Amino acid sequence: MSQTKLTAFPKTPTGIYGLDEITGGGLPKGRPTLICGSAGCGKTVLAIQFLIKGITEFNEPGVFMSFEETAKDLTENVKSFGFDLGKLSGENKLRIDHVRIERSEIQETGEYDLEGLFIRLGHAIDSIGAKRVVLDTIESLFSGLSNTTILRSEIRRLFQWLKEKGVTTIITGERGDTTLTRQGLEEYVSDCVILLDFRVIEQIATRRLRIVKYRGSTHGTNEYPFLIDENGVSVLPITSLKLEHVTSTEIISTGLPALDKLFDGNGYFKGNCTLITGSAGTTKTIIAAYFALSSCKRKEKVLYFSFEESPNQLIRNMQSVGMNLNPYVKSKLLLIHSSRPSLHGLEMHLLSLHKYIKDFKPQTVIIDPISSLVSVGSRGEVRAMLARLMDMLKMYQINALFTSLSQEQPGSQNDSTEDAVSSLADTWIKLRNEEKNGIRIRSLYIVKSRGMGHSSEICSYSVTNQGVKIVDELAIKKQSHNGNGRAAVYTAKV
Amino acid sequence: MAKEEYWELWLYIAGQTPKSVLALENITKYSKEHLRDKHTIEVVDLLKTPHLAERDEIFAIPTLIKKTPKPLKRIIGDLSDKEKVLSGLNMHSIVRPDGK
Repeated sequence: MSQTKLTAFPKTPTGIYGLDEITGGGLPKGRPTLICGSAGCGKTVLAIQFLIKGITEFNEPGVFMSFEETAKDLTENVKSFGFDLGKLSGENKLRIDHVRIERSEIQETGEYDLEGLFIRLGHAIDSIGAKRVVLDTIESLFSGLSNTTILRSEIRRLFQWLKEKGVTTIITGERGDTTLTRQGLEEYVSDCVILLDFRVIEQIATRRLRIVKYRGSTHGTNEYPFLIDENGVSVLPITSLKLEHVTSTEIISTGLPALDKLFDGNGYFKGNCTLITGSAGTTKTIIAAYFALSSCKRKEKVLYFSFEESPNQLIRNMQSVGMNLNPYVKSKLLLIHSSRPSLHGLEMHLLSLHKYIKDFKPQTVIIDPISSLVSVGSRGEVRAMLARLMDMLKMYQINALFTSLSQEQPGSQNDSTEDAVSSLADTWIKLRNEEKNGIRIRSLYIVKSRGMGHSSEICSYSVTNQGVKIVDELAIKKQSHNGNGRAAVYTAKV
Repeated sequence: MAKEEYWELWLYIAGQTPKSVLALENITKYSKEHLRDKHTIEVVDLLKTPHLAERDEIFAIPTLIKKTPKPLKRIIGDLSDKEKVLSGLNMHSIVRPDGK
């Protein structure tokens, strides 16, 4: 969160991955935010995470007022996310108050107000100096008490009172049939409303989050996929609102000296995003493996996502062209992660990529092939996902290389992955395997290379058990002047 | 009817608000009529002892809790509906309105 920008409203960071980015810094400070959604959509988890992050990352104690679960149940339920509520309560950083309202035990006669609740909450806030409050789910009052006129005016008064107290509050609410919440709480919370949604599309469950309203602040207006896993909630911003990555002028090798030479800078920029496309059998994986190997040789960590081959298969196949990846796997410089594209929905894939990248902290990431992921999502989704992924890679200054399978026919330009990725990639190398004079000739050329001049030649290359040999471009030029492309492949050497 | 039965009533208020004053007046009146000396009314002002709100599970003001005889009962509001209060606290049983 940059401190330099002008913010009309001060914000309280939630500490929840991704949510602070789409809200431009967090929830409105000292004001109530309504989080609504149907049952089981993750309201409580998100709310409790807001409190816990507040305590652990921002040193802001919090009060959780539960109208549904008891403190004991709540503590048990969030244990699976690694949240230790008991410990935080013991340190006087957290107060959990369960407001039990049992309709059968209560009779209403005449006028009353909810001052008791105010006193209770006020006492909890004051006793630990809380800055954050969660009310989960205040609408339960309506099922326990019958005088809705009193309840409505008291809830309105409560929100006003919380504002005066200056605590940042999350109020959760169950989604109604036609309204955001059953009792129309959205009318009382004017500052920020976040809607959570849970749906199943093509047998794959997806959770989505949308900011319905955020007064006085710009915010992402899209629906953002979010996940609840063993670390709690994380939101995946489709794209950051801005493009402000740090850029590097440092050059790294492509892994093939002859390929380096085709670039004016003698390689890629560090943190570059490279796309290698080609039809089946154009040695995309081999080119990718060269890049991985050169990173390993620089003692930089490489994370290789393989969606078609298992780690062992990949290692064996690379051995056949003279590349030995084994030592680097053993020394943990190279991590090969294989999974089936159809195993998860796109979001889960993206999350697992995120997680591996976060845990392993690689300098180089290879996704081979990225086109496999296309098979699990719609085109729009894939594009959004790739944009998000690349955002993250750029943020961490990771060298990225994606391979992508393209159509066999050179004429068909409507290739969905190429379409989606090529505009996001900084460097694009196309591989071809064309029939010419009764032989298939491999060739490659650079389609684009942002911020760096590059050769515009189409270079032939061959693959032997010694590896890839790229034919010197000048040599082939001479040869093709002789009208004999075929000879070039065999005569030229690197 | 067991003569040892004793009504221990707690009235939770938050300062001298009209609703709280009315509730206290009402319960004092009903108790005198129906419970005679077999009762005590403890008034708890939560503004002075806020920690009791959580302990005694109070959310509405005024709240009247009947601690004994069991079962525990809660009545919220200014207690203006006499019949509801009497039946809610099971106060009909001990002394009939005619004094018998």
